[in-house]
Amino acid sequence: MSALGANSITLQTPEGIRFRLILAGPLVRMLAWLVDLSVIVAALTTLGTLSTLLGYVSQDLALAMGILSYFVISVGYGIVMEWLWRGQTLGKRLFRLRVVDEQGLALSLHQITMRNLLRVIDLLPGLYLVGGLSLVLSRRCQRLGDYAAATLVTFQPRILAPDFQLIMPDKYNSLRDHPHLCARLIRKISPEQAQIGLQTILRREELDPTARLELCQRLASDFKSMVPFPPETTWGLSDEHYVRNVVDILFQPKS
Amino acid sequence: MILNLPRFLETRRPQWLELEAMLNRLERDITCSLDLQELRRFHNLYTQTCSDLSQLSVFSSEIELRQHLESLIARCYGEIHETRRHQTRFSFVEWFLRTFPRTFRRQAPCFLLSCAMMLTGACLGAVSLRLLPNAKEIIMPFPHLLVSPSDRVAHEEKNLKDPMQGSQAGFSAMLMTHNTRVSILTFASGLTYGVGTLILLFYNGVILGAVCMDYIGDGQSRFLIAWLLPHGSVEIPAILIAGQAGLILAGALVGWGDNTPIRHRLRRIGSDVITLLGGLTLLLIWAGLIESFLSQYHEPYLPYSMKIIFGLTQLMLLLAYLSLCGRDLKKTKVSRRNS
Repeated sequence: MSALGANSITLQTPEGIRFRLILAGPLVRMLAWLVDLSVIVAALTTLGTLSTLLGYVSQDLALAMGILSYFVISVGYGIVMEWLWRGQTLGKRLFRLRVVDEQGLALSLHQITMRNLLRVIDLLPGLYLVGGLSLVLSRRCQRLGDYAAATLVTFQPRILAPDFQLIMPDKYNSLRDHPHLCARLIRKISPEQAQIGLQTILRREELDPTARLELCQRLASDFKSMVPFPPETTWGLSDEHYVRNVVDILFQPKS
Repeated sequence: MILNLPRFLETRRPQWLELEAMLNRLERDITCSLDLQELRRFHNLYTQTCSDLSQLSVFSSEIELRQHLESLIARCYGEIHETRRHQTRFSFVEWFLRTFPRTFRRQAPCFLLSCAMMLTGACLGAVSLRLLPNAKEIIMPFPHLLVSPSDRVAHEEKNLKDPMQGSQAGFSAMLMTHNTRVSILTFASGLTYGVGTLILLFYNGVILGAVCMDYIGDGQSRFLIAWLLPHGSVEIPAILIAGQAGLILAGALVGWGDNTPIRHRLRRIGSDVITLLGGLTLLLIWAGLIESFLSQYHEPYLPYSMKIIFGLTQLMLLLAYLSLCGRDLKKTKVSRRNS
């Protein structure tokens, strides 16, 4: 079973678990294709040099090798790479893209071959115009080759575990002096608000100083309105420090 | 409620890493298979990770971690729930002697339609050239075909040297790649609901018919047969098979008399289409070699009768291969007895 969301497709396993596949957009796919194109050109240039050397032995054989290698590399590169690297070419690997079956099943050789051979239509009338239009208009970001082969190109983000040391590197948290209020805070704050707080603290150095000040001000005011702590506990705490203390309570509860 | 994320990560991470390592192993080597114990562990880790994901989506909104688990589950799902036959070892002999001819026969109606289209084009090309001999340049806009057939035959038969000396391999490679490209285009044009495929087949038929009429009309039938038959007996069926593949694709898109969703129809035809394309590529490689090393040699260098016999034998063998190879003889005998 599948459902479409913005730039993603949700599949449900027979066990009832839903997972999302993030669809790769036209821009990142074009960049990956440009990388692949460079690889193909580099391989052809190398083989061209080898053909020239072979030309000293036989002009005829050199010509045959040049023609055949051009054809095999230009047509076979995508097929071979996607088969060996399970839906990835060098360009796709660099941009963390992967071709997958649209039902989330294993990608088969005929699907890979079909989507690569149908590229001739996607390339028409030049510069991937048909494929590009199809990609932009399709709800699943599919070019015609993907549509016929029942494949999707997905983005697979690199996952980094959050570094909790950045929240409160061994600092005293005055809010913890009121465990009952901390428990109320944990209950009241929604996961979305908690996530905004966490990301604000983890990415605070990347923010513009004014934006950082405003964001912390708004978050601190929201948190304060949910569960007011005694004034002596929060006295002298900056808004950012307040948010940091709240995030520390939310994500690192002390047992 | 907020999940104690650090503790959750600490306890669950080893299992996720183990699962990821197993997946990497499976994905790195396409021939890799797990033994029963490993399979059990793999399934166990998969269900545990599914449970972790559902826990995480209820209790926390840790987006990146959720994405990571989703990507792990997505990869496992493909491995666990795939029911299509996953062929890790490819047997060329099995494919050549059974799969390709059987697929060809199974999809014979599309081949017949492909033949009919090319034949219609050939008849139109022949009739057009017969009625409008001055329109030769329009019907066959290729400089090498515009020479008078008698002049060409006279020129070829006067030439006592090897006409292809030192250029057979290059010419052969050029023919193979060009014809394969034309075949891929003929197949891919099936995406236009078959209109593109039919137009290409018809156009190729027009050229073929016009060339034949040009040579026959000029009294050069023997030369024509000796020139075209050795490679044409393989090359033309290969182009027709490309048309067959394109029409299969178009048939799945149109879905006449088939109520299954279009995605299912396309999924169903995939392996047949690729098998046919593989087969026609082999035929075109052979045709390229024959055209370069045999077809371009004429009398007195090579007797026409020999070339014609070769071409006819090759055509009969191809017909026998496509219609008989891979047949299950026992089943055929039983069905005959029953009938």
